[in-house]
Amino acid sequence: MQFIFDHILTLILFFPVLAAVVVLCLPKDNLKAIRWTALGASLVPFALTVLLWTQFKAGQPGFQFQEQYAWYAAIHSALHLGVDGLSLTMVLLTTLLTPLALLASFNITDRIKAYFMLFLFLETGMLGVFMALDLLIFFVFWEIGLVPMYFLINQWGSEKGEREIWKGIKVQSRNYASLKFIIYTMAGSLGLLLAIQLLGVLFNTYDLQTLYANWAALDPNGAMLHFFNRVLTVSTVKTIAFWAFVIAFAIKIPVWPFHTWLPDAHTEAPTAGSMILAGVLLKLGAYGFLRLVLPLYPAESARYAGWLAFLAVMAIVFGAFAAFGQKDFKRLVAYSSVNHMGFVVLGIAAAARASGTLNANIALNGAVLQMFNHGLSAAGMFFLVGVLYERTHTRNLDDFGGLFPLVPIYGGILIFTSLASLGLPGLNGFVSEFLVVRGSWPVLTLYTAVAMIGLLFTGAYILKGIKYVLHGPLNERWAHGEHKLTEINLREIIVMAPLMALILVIGIYPAWILDVINKAMMMLFH
Amino acid sequence: MQFPFLSVIVFIPMVTALVLLLMKPEQKKAIRITALTAAMLALALSIWVYFAYDKAAAGYQFIEKYNWMPMLGISLHFGVDGLSVPLVLLTGIVMVTGVMISWGIDDRPREFFAFLFILASGVFGVFTSLDLFMLFFFYEIAVFPMFLLIVIWGWIKTREYAAMKLTLYLFIGSLISLIGALAMYWTSGLHTFNMLDLEHAAFSLSFQKIWFPFVFLGFAILGGIFPFHNWSPDGHVAAPTAVSMFHAGVLMKLGAFAALRVGIMLLPEGAKFWSPLIMGLALVNIVYGAFIASVQTDFKYVIGFSSVSHMGLVMMGFATLKPEGLIGAGVQMFSHGVMTALFFAAVGMVYDRAHTRDIPKLGGMIKPLPLVGIGVIIGSLVSMGMPGFSGFVAEFPIFIGIWKTQWVVAVIAAISIVVTASYVLLVVRRVFFGKMPEEFEEHIKPINTLDKIALVFLMALMIGIGLFPALIVPWVQSGVQHVLTLLGGA
Amino acid sequence: MITFLPILPEVLLLALAVLVLILDPFLKKDANRRLFLGMFTAAGLLVTLTLSLFFARPADPSLVFGGMVRFDWLGFLFKMFFVFAAAVTALFFMDTDKLNQRAEAYLLLLAATIGMCLMSSSADLVMLYLAIETTSIPLYILAGFLTGDDKSTESGFKYMLFGALTSAVLLYGFSLIYGFAGTTSLYDLGIHFSNFDLLAVGITFLVLAGLAFKVSLFPFHFWAPDVYEGAPTPVAGFLSTASKAAGFAVILRLLTAVFPVISTDWSMILADLATLTMTVGNLIAMAQKNIKRLLAYSSIAHAGYAMIGVVAFSQLGFASAVFYLFAYMLTNLLAFGIVGVVGHVTGSDDVSAYNGLDRRNATLSLAALVAFLSLAGMPPFGGFVAKFFVFSAAIQSGWIWLAVVGVLNSIFGLYYYLNILKYIYLYRTENQDEDQHPLPVSRPVAIALVVLVIGVLLIGTLFGPWFGFANHAALNLF
Repeated sequence: MQFIFDHILTLILFFPVLAAVVVLCLPKDNLKAIRWTALGASLVPFALTVLLWTQFKAGQPGFQFQEQYAWYAAIHSALHLGVDGLSLTMVLLTTLLTPLALLASFNITDRIKAYFMLFLFLETGMLGVFMALDLLIFFVFWEIGLVPMYFLINQWGSEKGEREIWKGIKVQSRNYASLKFIIYTMAGSLGLLLAIQLLGVLFNTYDLQTLYANWAALDPNGAMLHFFNRVLTVSTVKTIAFWAFVIAFAIKIPVWPFHTWLPDAHTEAPTAGSMILAGVLLKLGAYGFLRLVLPLYPAESARYAGWLAFLAVMAIVFGAFAAFGQKDFKRLVAYSSVNHMGFVVLGIAAAARASGTLNANIALNGAVLQMFNHGLSAAGMFFLVGVLYERTHTRNLDDFGGLFPLVPIYGGILIFTSLASLGLPGLNGFVSEFLVVRGSWPVLTLYTAVAMIGLLFTGAYILKGIKYVLHGPLNERWAHGEHKLTEINLREIIVMAPLMALILVIGIYPAWILDVINKAMMMLFH
Repeated sequence: MQFPFLSVIVFIPMVTALVLLLMKPEQKKAIRITALTAAMLALALSIWVYFAYDKAAAGYQFIEKYNWMPMLGISLHFGVDGLSVPLVLLTGIVMVTGVMISWGIDDRPREFFAFLFILASGVFGVFTSLDLFMLFFFYEIAVFPMFLLIVIWGWIKTREYAAMKLTLYLFIGSLISLIGALAMYWTSGLHTFNMLDLEHAAFSLSFQKIWFPFVFLGFAILGGIFPFHNWSPDGHVAAPTAVSMFHAGVLMKLGAFAALRVGIMLLPEGAKFWSPLIMGLALVNIVYGAFIASVQTDFKYVIGFSSVSHMGLVMMGFATLKPEGLIGAGVQMFSHGVMTALFFAAVGMVYDRAHTRDIPKLGGMIKPLPLVGIGVIIGSLVSMGMPGFSGFVAEFPIFIGIWKTQWVVAVIAAISIVVTASYVLLVVRRVFFGKMPEEFEEHIKPINTLDKIALVFLMALMIGIGLFPALIVPWVQSGVQHVLTLLGGA
Repeated sequence: MITFLPILPEVLLLALAVLVLILDPFLKKDANRRLFLGMFTAAGLLVTLTLSLFFARPADPSLVFGGMVRFDWLGFLFKMFFVFAAAVTALFFMDTDKLNQRAEAYLLLLAATIGMCLMSSSADLVMLYLAIETTSIPLYILAGFLTGDDKSTESGFKYMLFGALTSAVLLYGFSLIYGFAGTTSLYDLGIHFSNFDLLAVGITFLVLAGLAFKVSLFPFHFWAPDVYEGAPTPVAGFLSTASKAAGFAVILRLLTAVFPVISTDWSMILADLATLTMTVGNLIAMAQKNIKRLLAYSSIAHAGYAMIGVVAFSQLGFASAVFYLFAYMLTNLLAFGIVGVVGHVTGSDDVSAYNGLDRRNATLSLAALVAFLSLAGMPPFGGFVAKFFVFSAAIQSGWIWLAVVGVLNSIFGLYYYLNILKYIYLYRTENQDEDQHPLPVSRPVAIALVVLVIGVLLIGTLFGPWFGFANHAALNLF
């Protein structure tokens, strides 16, 4: 038992890899064994995370459960892991969503061995980012996570659809989307990589805690880099590095105008892929802001908070408008992610501007909770879209209509989840969005006011989605014959149940999680 | 006296080549088995040397010295340091996998393996020689079998042209270096070709400035440095699979390694003076190579030009003259060697079955050849410097080194990462995924067990190093320490 | 007491020649005649070689026979090589139609060898001239030996005409030297040529022209391709190696004895000659389609490389030149041996005759590989080490540009040697039926080829002792 406590993070982190190796050794034809092994294995990190949550001391400052192993001694990088309230929340989200995503994937039959292995690798990649206390390790996991996602979209994405890229040259949409996804992210991380290198060169270490202290202590007017005869001062370099970080994370979140990869990727990804993509991968960007940008660049963040807020508001408003304009149900949900993640960024921007104040803290609490909440509701939404698509093979809103009487249970679940996403009081979305708006209002009044318009349209597009799918005149096609729509099955309900439960619990009693988040935020940005 | 590991490693392939030539050409099976056994033996010994190398003590180890020609101070002098010992291992690996993958060669296998082994002997010799004369001696031995291997067993369309081009380029490079080396020999006044002594010859500054470009560039031609890289993609494409593996996997390292050992280590001041030039050339290599690779339609040309780009990183690492840069270059040599060996093995397997390497004509190869597909995917990830694979472990320190020298270069060089990522992913997708053209249906036979072993072995190495840099970095680091001492501390 | 040890090889050669002459009438004109003549000559030469190696080794250099001959390592070494080359050539003779039945051919070979031996050791102008003529006249006949063959006749005649002309020039030069210096002893001439004046230049040019012809230096190289092409292949091989080496032996001796203090002007002229010789030889060789012409031009180029060592004008330089000549002799004999075999079977000396050689006879192809790569200067064959030493000497003496020229020339060389390997290994015969046309090698030739291959490998790997000998020879000159 003591061993487990001492190595709990490494266990959580690498158990999925171990499971992937086990899956590799299973016979190819035994679909059942592969599915259940993968699912069972993914429950282990979840169980361990719950254990971790219970053992976690929210009031204690600093990182807990730290572990450190030599990795790349020559450049002073070590596998340094640890969690605080922020990362713990994210780890919980990840380990919770992965089993659900795996369960949601039980209908996959094509090359499932590779599929499940990639998913397990993906889990490790995401967890690594949340646990890393070493900048280089952070980057390593940040990039590693791209690969499984790329192949998941590329290989198991929707088979239909073509896209013209250049003068009549057409490619499959999923190929286009996956390449766009990985190239966007990699190009975005380029600046991050260079900035990380710069930090490494300066301080000869990648240990985050050391970097926090040293980086801030630099004399802003000192000379840092030379460009031929020009001298770049510390503050200039810091500004450039700041934007390098910001762009990398902004692409991942994604913030307008870097969001264009997201609707493509989401639309083409397999259902479970979308769940994880929206549920966890987008959070990586926001997590990057909170873990790296704000602590490393407090001054720059405050200075450019307005810009950030502007981008966030654009994401909220345009995301909402764009979502409203969609005919494709999955694209609609995808744009809703842009919209919702905008609130996270808005909260972060407010906190950056007014660092250390109560407002900032409230905004941050909201932002982090919004990350968690969006993880739940977006994953749920994508799954529900997937359920519908699997039965009807269409995502076009015009093809549906009046489905409620045919599939009442499904309809109920869809409405419930949609409303959570809409921000109905009593459900989780409301809590977090309220906190964000409450925190940012005094700090960034104008931006927040504009964002409220976006909120309005959030309601509009969600209701539009519900209307087109569930209400209105029944599309007879789904009522009878070979296309008759079947009700959501037990497996699918099991996938949704934990999500819905958490949505409700956080909506009614958010304190259990807010307490952890709040204390973490207090200690991080006091 | 301890067992003479290094000379045995160097001469095993040579002796095997002679044995093979004495066998009857009809005994193809016996010939192959003999070749594989010898290669395994060499690999086993190099693994032993690798792990027996004392990293803490560093310096040159397993030293053997036999006076060869005392009159001119030539001796058969072997020894490895932290930089060369991974390369010896690499050569052993490529040798074994190369033989495995060439199992199916049916046209004069006796000569094929004999020439391949002479080549291997030369390569081992260069990596282990501590005598300047012997270094050249083995260097040339490594060059000429290449010609025959490409001309006889190469791709019919370009083999004559490519083989001749390659051989002439390399020969001219080595002879230019040779002149520089002779100048060093006479100027030092030590009357020895012993590099350990020449390291302390303290050449005058002006001498170093004049001769460094000759020596370095002469060797760097084999490392594929811009603008003398032209031979390399042509050579890669024309060569038969195992030879491409050797060529890109080991031979290009030979150039880079010799450029380091003779150029930088013997003429450190010259290196300092000229490092901006080398850096500039290497930068062109990196970026230009990546761009050119991205517009190729021949699978092998893609990899050929990507090698140019990656070898640019090695040169870049050297040119930084910083500990990180040199460590990165050392690791990159190994990593790139394994990676291209795997790439070329995979391309060869696809080509043997589809009889085309034209990327638009291929597709869906992952179904019949799953392991090849996975191999190429992993190779691609390595080549784009994806963390968790050996490429990252190598490239990251190189970039650190560049940052410490001239940060602008790092920023420009970073572009190549994205370019590389985009084209390797595209190539992977086009060749291995999508729909398989109809003419290939039923024609694509699965690969055999030896091929599989070779592929898995190479993959495991790349992932292993990526996850555990400690498998190689401490070795390289101990070697780099010595280079830094020669460069005057730092 | 007069000892015959200094000329023991010559004496033994003469004895052998006389024996061949005496035995000739007693031999029946059947197949065994060929075998006996060749084997007997070769064996006799081997005995000569062995005896000389054991008994005729020089101690300190000394002038003997009234100053006619200098008993030193330079002469001794070259003699041993001449005898060896003659032995190999005798074996090659056995496979050459119309030559192998005739005792005269072997006799002439021996006579020429005697002449060469004397060339390499003579220390007097008169002796030297006699030696040169003793060498040349039998070779003229040998080159034109195939009387029914127009090309051979042309070759012999051409060789004789040019040879006679240059001999006359040489003799004129010698006479002038004697006229001005009053002595014919090489080792007394030195003091008369310490200044770089017009007279010395003029005379030296005359002498040099005669010797340049022997070693086919530019611009006296043009006879070589025609003569080699027409002459019976083994004769061409002998001409291009032993005869050339003999010329170099004379040049080395003359330069050190007569011009001990060579001025930079002299070196410059020699360096230019070397450059031109290499470049012209290599460039023209690239265009050749007849293997014998190709080898002829290549041998011109090799004379240029050897000259680099001479230009360096140092002990190392001369040693490297001597070493170069040894390596070259072994290699080129091997090359001509192979050409002889292929020519004998296919009846053609065109490079296309080599198509598919590897499939017809893999072992012979390997020998060809060794020969051509050694000529190209690749290790582990003799050519590499030889070039290395020559360049090294050049750089030691500050002739960096000359070394660079040599390097560039090696590239040209590599190009056309590799091209031949392409014919051997890559191209196929017209009907791709190499299996039906094996290319047999007779036993004597096979023995010779194996010995030469081993020699080329030995000189390329265990080069220490060989260079020691060459160095010893050079040491004796200074």
